[in-house]
Amino acid sequence: GAGGTPGKGDGGAGLGVTGMEIGPSPFSGNYRTQLWDKQSESFLPSTPGLGMHVEVKDPDGKVVLSRQYGSEGRFTFTSHTPGEHQICLHSNSTRMALFAGGKLRVHLDIQVGEHTNNYPEIAAKDKLTELQLRARQLLDQVEQIQKEQNYQRYREERFRMTSESTNQRVLWWSIAQTIILILTGIWQMRHLKSFFEAKKLV
Amino acid sequence: QVITGGHYDVDCRLEDPDGIVLYKEMKKQYDSFTFTASRNGTYKFCFSNEFSTFTHKTVYFDFQVGEDPPLFPSENRMESACVSIHEALKSVIDYQTHFRLREAQGRSRAEDLNTRVAYWSIGEAVILLVVSIGQVFLLKSFFSDKRTTTTRVAS
Repeated sequence: GAGGTPGKGDGGAGLGVTGMEIGPSPFSGNYRTQLWDKQSESFLPSTPGLGMHVEVKDPDGKVVLSRQYGSEGRFTFTSHTPGEHQICLHSNSTRMALFAGGKLRVHLDIQVGEHTNNYPEIAAKDKLTELQLRARQLLDQVEQIQKEQNYQRYREERFRMTSESTNQRVLWWSIAQTIILILTGIWQMRHLKSFFEAKKLV
Repeated sequence: QVITGGHYDVDCRLEDPDGIVLYKEMKKQYDSFTFTASRNGTYKFCFSNEFSTFTHKTVYFDFQVGEDPPLFPSENRMESACVSIHEALKSVIDYQTHFRLREAQGRSRAEDLNTRVAYWSIGEAVILLVVSIGQVFLLKSFFSDKRTTTTRVAS
């Protein structure tokens, strides 16, 4: 997958990604930044000297990656928990004119799971034949499918537990509400009866 | 596809490098759009949630560009069989993604509903108690006034 996102102002850009599978999942992100040049009214081809700080939080809020990179770079991490991860690219450079009217274009490319693999590289490194490489690729895909199925099984189990607990709570709430209703009715009757007896109307 | 937030809808716009709008939809919950790029350049897409007063939205989107480049130049039957398997597995993964998104959206709706039901139940219980107690005192106040009026008339 690929996508480009322009950012403004202080150069901070946040992105949420849903982690997919149970079991460790590799994640890799490539980015490139371009600064807006007011004189030429276009984006400069590259921004040497601009530092970007990349911070990644897992679904529990724990910081998984927190590192400084240059104006372009590649960051990787492995996700162990399914859920929403937060990726924040933050520019902390004061040299660059990133105030009123300043714009920063960030090219961001995200690959998850088996898409992180670069097959020509793997073929060269492990010295695989064509057939072996193809088999490796297909095996990776099947592994991803299995991971996703595990994730769905885990989700179904959680859902079943939640349903049963909701069922319990609805039952107790209904019983409690009926009891409160009856008790309130009884209190009303007794209170009014004693009131009317005191007033000698009954 | 919109996963969480409000009515699970969002505006979407896609422009080509010349600024011509290729795709524009308002308040849609999910959609898919295929087109062939006629020229090089920066294509812009924008998801907008301006119409919403205070709900945040989570949107899933992905791009599939072109076809997978072949791993090898050779064109034998084994390679084409592998390509078919690869494409079929990609399609399986796509379906899995679809179901994962549906599950996430369903869970978000359920949690939303749970919160609303909880607040409503508590509110209803409070109103029940307030009304029950209030009725009794209101009734008592009617009889207190009436008695004094009756006494005055009699004398």
